[in-house]
Amino acid sequence: MSKEKKESVIESSIKRKYKLQAKDVKVWYDDFMAIKGISMDIKPNKVTAFIGPSGCGKSTFLRLFNRMNDYVDGFKMDGEINIDDKNINDKDINVELLRKQVGMVFQKPNPFPKSIYENVAYGLKIQGLKDKKFLEERVESSLKRVALWDEVKDDLNKNALALSGGQQQRLCIARTLAVEPSIILMDEPTSALDPISTAKIEELIYKLKDKYTIVIVTHNMQQASRISDNTAFFYLGELIEYDKTNKIFTNPEKQQTENYITGRFG
Amino acid sequence: MRKIKELVIERALLFSALITIAVTIGIILVLSIEAFSFFSEVSIIDFLTDPEWTPLFTNKHFGILSLLSGTLLTSFIAIAFAVPVGLSISIYLSEYAPKSFRRTIKPLLELLAAVPTVVYGFFALMVVTPFLQSFIPGLSSFNSLSAGLVMGIMIIPYISSLSEDALHAVPNSLREAAYGMGSTRLQNSFKVMVPAASSGIIVSIILAISRAIGETMIVAIAAGQQPRLTFDPTVPVETITAYIVQVSLGDVQHDSLEYKTIFAAGITLFVFTFLLNTISYRIRKKFQEKYE
Repeated sequence: MSKEKKESVIESSIKRKYKLQAKDVKVWYDDFMAIKGISMDIKPNKVTAFIGPSGCGKSTFLRLFNRMNDYVDGFKMDGEINIDDKNINDKDINVELLRKQVGMVFQKPNPFPKSIYENVAYGLKIQGLKDKKFLEERVESSLKRVALWDEVKDDLNKNALALSGGQQQRLCIARTLAVEPSIILMDEPTSALDPISTAKIEELIYKLKDKYTIVIVTHNMQQASRISDNTAFFYLGELIEYDKTNKIFTNPEKQQTENYITGRFG
Repeated sequence: MRKIKELVIERALLFSALITIAVTIGIILVLSIEAFSFFSEVSIIDFLTDPEWTPLFTNKHFGILSLLSGTLLTSFIAIAFAVPVGLSISIYLSEYAPKSFRRTIKPLLELLAAVPTVVYGFFALMVVTPFLQSFIPGLSSFNSLSAGLVMGIMIIPYISSLSEDALHAVPNSLREAAYGMGSTRLQNSFKVMVPAASSGIIVSIILAISRAIGETMIVAIAAGQQPRLTFDPTVPVETITAYIVQVSLGDVQHDSLEYKTIFAAGITLFVFTFLLNTISYRIRKKFQEKYE
């Protein structure tokens, strides 16, 4: 398939709403079975939270949606991950284009050891965009959306590593937004941050859901209840319960879910 | 009893540390004293500007430039060959190769540095030079080109191994960031990994240069023994190290001016490698501060 054609596949799917779907997904790391057959649909333009104790497979599961597990040694999977009914593990999928559509924010802020400007412009530059004016505008608008612009506008050439942890994480979100993805995966984005930075990022996530489909892994139950529309509870590689956040936190169907959210284990 | 044992061990360790320092100071002292007595007979200006080096002839000239040009030329050829090759290997091993392959190939590559340099010297003279002569007609039997290239092969593992260590030490979170943004492996390697590991890579190159400048056997065997101020890679030259070997092996009288030239040449070499090591030490210190 030619490059243009691949892009048109992605383009045409933008018009439809982005819908994520897992079909009987199993994952192994060598002999260890990390995901034991999970099927679920994730609704577009909503925030979906993945909760569960450490080692339950929620991060592994999240990383299937932009194929970030591809580089992990011993990783093997079975089943289907579909984005708008297209299996993203098919041979004709260009994984780099996929990752531009499915952005990711990581647990620990991981800005490149480059300037603030270069960090935000990185994704556009690797796509071959060179127009300086366009890049500058996009850097500014992305930084404004994460409410970082006022803090850094005077010194965009400052090394990103000189920013505080909370600023770095907002920079990483801005970097992801700059390439205009449709889906954003967040892997415990606030676990390394102080409460004030956490509040800023939660507010941001809340604002972003109008335009994006957001999936967030979190260890923080209050966070899940504050910002998500739907919540999925994972335990030992299985999806135990998946429902409206309100329902999960007030009246869960399963005993295990209740035990976890009330803090009896995990 | 235990306390005495501890004390003895502590003193023994201190003693061995002092020995190495004493030896270093001794070497510098001997070099300086002999070089000083050399420079009381030959003006330092002549030493640095005279284009000829003929201390063993009746018409004596003491211009270090012609030896230095031999050293710089062979080192330059070696580096020009080893940097691209060594860097490509390190990027391949760190960013492309499967883990198991890296674990096998890296020690094998490091073997290259363990081959005795005299073997490399004969390899350059008997294999590489005749091979190059088949398409460079004017190439003399002794030349800096093949000596430089073979020296390049010898220092490849210095660059590939140390650069690979530097690339490997870049936090994995940066790799994930790069891939997460939709980088290809190539973009990840050159736009994120190499810049992030740049100080370690530069240190590896400086150490390789330092090794090339100090290398003796290969150039003594394959580059010839004709001091000549030239940057033509096809003609015989003599490096500082090769000259030192030549004089040390010959029947030059002890304490003669000819004998002292060894130390003048030696201190020149020492200044170069010392500077390079200092630079690499500085860079390494900066690098550690950045990631700790």
